[in-house]
Amino acid sequence: MENDAAIGAYEYTCYRINNGFVKGIHLVNRKELTFLERIYIFEAFKGILITSTHFFKNIFLHTAHLLGFLKGQSAAVTIQYPDEKREYAPRLRTRHRLVQREDGSPRCVACMLCETVCPAKCIYIIAGEDPDPNIEKVAKKFDIDLGKCVYCGFCVEVCPEDAIRMDTQIMDIAAYSREEMLLDMDELLHPGSRKNG
Amino acid sequence: MLVKIVLTLIVIMGALNLAGFLTWVERKQSAVIQDRIGANRARIFGLRLLGLFHPLADMIKLIMKEDFTPRLGHKTLHMLAPFISVFFALIAFAAIPIGDHLMLWGHPVSLQVSNMNVGLLYIFAVMSMGVYGVFLAGFSSNNNYSFLGGLRASSQMISYEITMGVSLIGIIMIYGSLNLQDLVQAQGHYWLSWIPQWGIFVQPVGFLLFMTAAMAETKRAPFDLPEGESEIIGYFVEYSGMKFGMFMLSDFLETVLAAALLATLFFGGWQIPYLFSDGFHFPWGGVWLIPQTGVALLGVLSFSLKIIFFCWFLMMVRWTLPRFRYDQLMRLGWKMMLPLALMNILVTGLIMVLLKEFIL
Ligand code: SF4
Ligand code: SF4
Repeated sequence: MENDAAIGAYEYTCYRINNGFVKGIHLVNRKELTFLERIYIFEAFKGILITSTHFFKNIFLHTAHLLGFLKGQSAAVTIQYPDEKREYAPRLRTRHRLVQREDGSPRCVACMLCETVCPAKCIYIIAGEDPDPNIEKVAKKFDIDLGKCVYCGFCVEVCPEDAIRMDTQIMDIAAYSREEMLLDMDELLHPGSRKNG
Repeated sequence: MLVKIVLTLIVIMGALNLAGFLTWVERKQSAVIQDRIGANRARIFGLRLLGLFHPLADMIKLIMKEDFTPRLGHKTLHMLAPFISVFFALIAFAAIPIGDHLMLWGHPVSLQVSNMNVGLLYIFAVMSMGVYGVFLAGFSSNNNYSFLGGLRASSQMISYEITMGVSLIGIIMIYGSLNLQDLVQAQGHYWLSWIPQWGIFVQPVGFLLFMTAAMAETKRAPFDLPEGESEIIGYFVEYSGMKFGMFMLSDFLETVLAAALLATLFFGGWQIPYLFSDGFHFPWGGVWLIPQTGVALLGVLSFSLKIIFFCWFLMMVRWTLPRFRYDQLMRLGWKMMLPLALMNILVTGLIMVLLKEFIL
């Protein structure tokens, strides 16, 4: 051990730190293991004691639940995902939606800011002329490819019309093909309306 | 003859089913330990049965998967390796007595597939043959990582086999037999007609050593370095589909085998305390007579329960202890367990001589 250069260097560093050569470093002194801890058998049994305490407590609770007792005490912390869902925070960035005006038309004026800012280049807008003379443009097509989106939320921040929001609380983007991950304007206006979207 | 075939089928089916069942137990037990629920999605006609269909679903999935052989690998050996693993894990059960004699139509039938007088040696021989499956799998895949994994696995298995054999010599010395049926019968005696002479009371150190070595032999955590599915690449990287499943299966079979050996050698096999061939004779005076068939069946039941208990216990260890580092593993095997096992032989011999000289 004494001849081991690496350990020697390490000990020298410790010595310097302990004697105040190096400021601002907090050195943790590891506790030496006692003999009983080192032969490991008793420690292993202690560990098994902990796991089996959990095991028997939970088995007891599961059985009690099956028989209809102790419903208040839960035996597992599992959330059965597709059936039960956790409450998401309202500010969480979830799937996009396009906000509508009072008359039902989309608020988007096809200014292309979101398409420009999107770091994943996954927004595809085709602009058209709006029938209302006060409004210049309207989006004819507005697609978002969720397969590419990184959920950064830049599109929401950049929009001057507050036309796009990420507050649908829909988290899953599972689909059988890449095409199904492409959300079109209809889906974006009515989030969750498509079956596999 | 027919009876033997039926018995063989019972043992093989029992071992295989228990091994398949253990995949479910492993998921559920780990889930319960960690305050989770565990696999419960597979269902047939809306029946979920606590996820009991998962082993079935797994098997269907594994059989349907593509069976891939590396282009430059050795086709035959690659094919053979998983079969070798499962085969040797399975035939080891032949020597294990699952019960006492059963009287059938006036003939005594030994509840043991093959009553050989070198049963213990046979089991060790067969278990060490299992290394071939592991090593061939690593060798024939034409993949450096799986080759290294195979080397790692075989060196671990060979190291721990020595401790495993040596730790049992104490038992062999005391009971004076290699025949497992004799060993079990010898454990049916009592000290002061109270304490059964089970191996655990005669050889506590031998028990601990054997259990640890057997765990290492089954290649499961905390000794799962050969596999380390998630981070260290093991010997079966190049296996897919049911061949991979067979390696997994042989692990579980070896767990069942280790549990059976622990029960046979250290916990009285099919013995139930105070149950003699004609019924219970309690040391506090009670007698409860049972017909011979009942006694034999009770023995089989007690043996099965012991196996299940040990499977549970090995699983518990697996989900409690973290994995060893490889140098720690080798140090534990060669520098601690082997000397301890040798010492155990010495002390056992000493005590036996002293007992003979001064007491008898
Ligand atoms: S969240 Fe980010 S990546 Fe997704 S569409 Fe908006 S800007 Fe593009
Ligand atoms: S930034 Fe807003 S208004 Fe402009 S194109 Fe995007 S969604 Fe429409």
